[in-house]
Amino acid sequence: MSELILLRHREVAGLNQLKTYIADGGFETWKKVVTSRKPEEVLNDVKASGLRGRGGAGFPTGVKWSFLPNNIWPHYVVANSDESEPGTFKDRELLEFNPYLFIEGLMLTSFAVQANDAYIYFRGEFSQIAKKFDERLAELTAKGLLGDALFGTNYSLRIHTHLGAGAYICGEETALLESIEGRLGQPRLRPPFPAVAGLFDKPTVINNVETLANIPYIMEKGVDAFRKNGTEKSPGTKIFSLSGRVKKPGNYELPLGTTFRELIFKHGEGIINDAKVKAIMPAGASSTLIPATDAALDTPMDYESTTAIGSPLGSASVMVLDETVNISRVINNTVHFFSHESCGKCTPCREGNFWMSHISDRIESGKGKKDDIELLNSVATQMQNKCFCALGEFSTMAVVSGLQHFRADFEARLES
Amino acid sequence: MNQLLKKFPEEINRILARYPIDRKQAAVMPLLHLAQGEEGFVSRTALQEIAEITGISTTEVASVVGFYTLFHDAPEGKIRLQVCTDVACDLRGATEYLTELCEKLGIKPGETSTDGLITIEEVKCLAACDKAPLFQAQIGDEVDYHENQTPARTIDWLRSMSAALIGTPLKTISLEETKPEEGGSHE
Ligand SMILES: Cc1cc2nc3c(=O)[nH]c(=O)nc-3n(C[C@H](O)[C@H](O)[C@H](O)COP(=O)(O)O)c2cc1C
Ligand code: FES
Repeated sequence: MSELILLRHREVAGLNQLKTYIADGGFETWKKVVTSRKPEEVLNDVKASGLRGRGGAGFPTGVKWSFLPNNIWPHYVVANSDESEPGTFKDRELLEFNPYLFIEGLMLTSFAVQANDAYIYFRGEFSQIAKKFDERLAELTAKGLLGDALFGTNYSLRIHTHLGAGAYICGEETALLESIEGRLGQPRLRPPFPAVAGLFDKPTVINNVETLANIPYIMEKGVDAFRKNGTEKSPGTKIFSLSGRVKKPGNYELPLGTTFRELIFKHGEGIINDAKVKAIMPAGASSTLIPATDAALDTPMDYESTTAIGSPLGSASVMVLDETVNISRVINNTVHFFSHESCGKCTPCREGNFWMSHISDRIESGKGKKDDIELLNSVATQMQNKCFCALGEFSTMAVVSGLQHFRADFEARLES
Repeated sequence: MNQLLKKFPEEINRILARYPIDRKQAAVMPLLHLAQGEEGFVSRTALQEIAEITGISTTEVASVVGFYTLFHDAPEGKIRLQVCTDVACDLRGATEYLTELCEKLGIKPGETSTDGLITIEEVKCLAACDKAPLFQAQIGDEVDYHENQTPARTIDWLRSMSAALIGTPLKTISLEETKPEEGGSHE
């Protein structure tokens, strides 16, 4: 097992206490950076590290920061703590057990783009975590690690929390901004991109919790140390949320490029009752269903290789399905999820998901006819490339791939 | 008279101070959480008061309440017991857990127990999929996670909550079948 960077709290007890985090060397990098480094040096280091966004899209983090124009102020940084993709539970572990690592990352990011105000957007279900964060942030301010004129420099930073109230779509970055601004969480038309006109119409960086938690290590240990883990194009470690029909579900921090087989059979200790593994969904409910062939199991989990076998890596929420699972039931669940979470703004997503859940319900209840399978496929394919945001596209992935690879599961449910 | 403002002047100032001065609308969600924490739901009066504080219309505030699933416009059970039956949990028995729990309590998802203690709801992924079956309990505006559940464990917890919140024993359909969990403490 490689060194634990993000899940270090599993090795150092009490890391979610400020004094323990400080005793462990925490916030030294923060102080050093604010007092002796230039913002563009931080940006260049993060760019050189090759760190890619852990929230789903895998976009290079430093490159994203560099899009902020230097003639429009103020700049904002927003941490995406909405974590709502079914099968994803890594940010929650960080927020509860290694919160200061994430906060220090958010601070360093704010310094890099010279933001004086940063926001943490928590999903509504994390209300306890958010409350605790308000206390933590107040304590950091009292200790002089946040606030005005930090360490005698002219740099100031305030961090605010904002609590959502139950809406998957608010994880999408522009819907998230709408939600902070007090409106319905519906995505914005792009361009303009948030880097130019984001929160309160100002240049904004939005990053996932885990992405931000990688920054202190890069700034403390350096680019080369960071790049020691992972692959050339997908450097670093990643937290894989393993769930479904495995013996030992949970979060595992492993180098990017670790194979599905190692994750599922070594760390996850294999399948419940040693049943046969049937399919993998590497990116939660938004994922394509990948038949668990030997070739798929031996695929390295990095951004390129996973995409090559048919699904983006997303936020690496690996859901495992075994031979006891009927794929029609899985699809019934995902289409209901998306139907419930569609924000209603665009017609293909709203209506498409409504119809997909109806047809799928009919099949699941044993009242489906043969034509229903084709109808389901046709609704899904007609939605593709027509939705306003990625949610609509995501909703079709499991349906189309499920019907392609596991049609017999649907046929078995039809009216006899 | 704005009751919310009167009751929480400092808290409301703190909330407003988080956002740019000309962006008061951003305070809508934190204010809704504040109001809901008081009454367990967002009343018509609270809507008007929040509209007044943030300078938007009551209709706009109401549409925010309608959009987000954790905001409620009507009082229901004191405990909103929200069971995740999303994909990853379903793969680990959450649907069967919910069915059994509902049978024992004699209510269906979406319904409230006659004593007003519990409203059962089916919800989407709660970011705790490795600890299924699980539910979150929303009481007022507080949300608490209860992981690795069995119907018996949940009933045990509900028993203690029933005593604490409404002072009467928990109503179940088949008490005798609901054996307390080993090592579980209850009378
Ligand atoms: C429907 C939808 C839901 C999303 N949910 C989340 C989420 O819960 N958490 C998250 O960090 N990113 C989520 N994203 C991705 C964000 O839009 C954004 O790309 C990400 O926060 C950027 O951070 P990163 O570059 O650090 O990954 C979602 C995207 C879409 C389209
Ligand atoms: S699917 Fe239930 S908590 Fe994630």
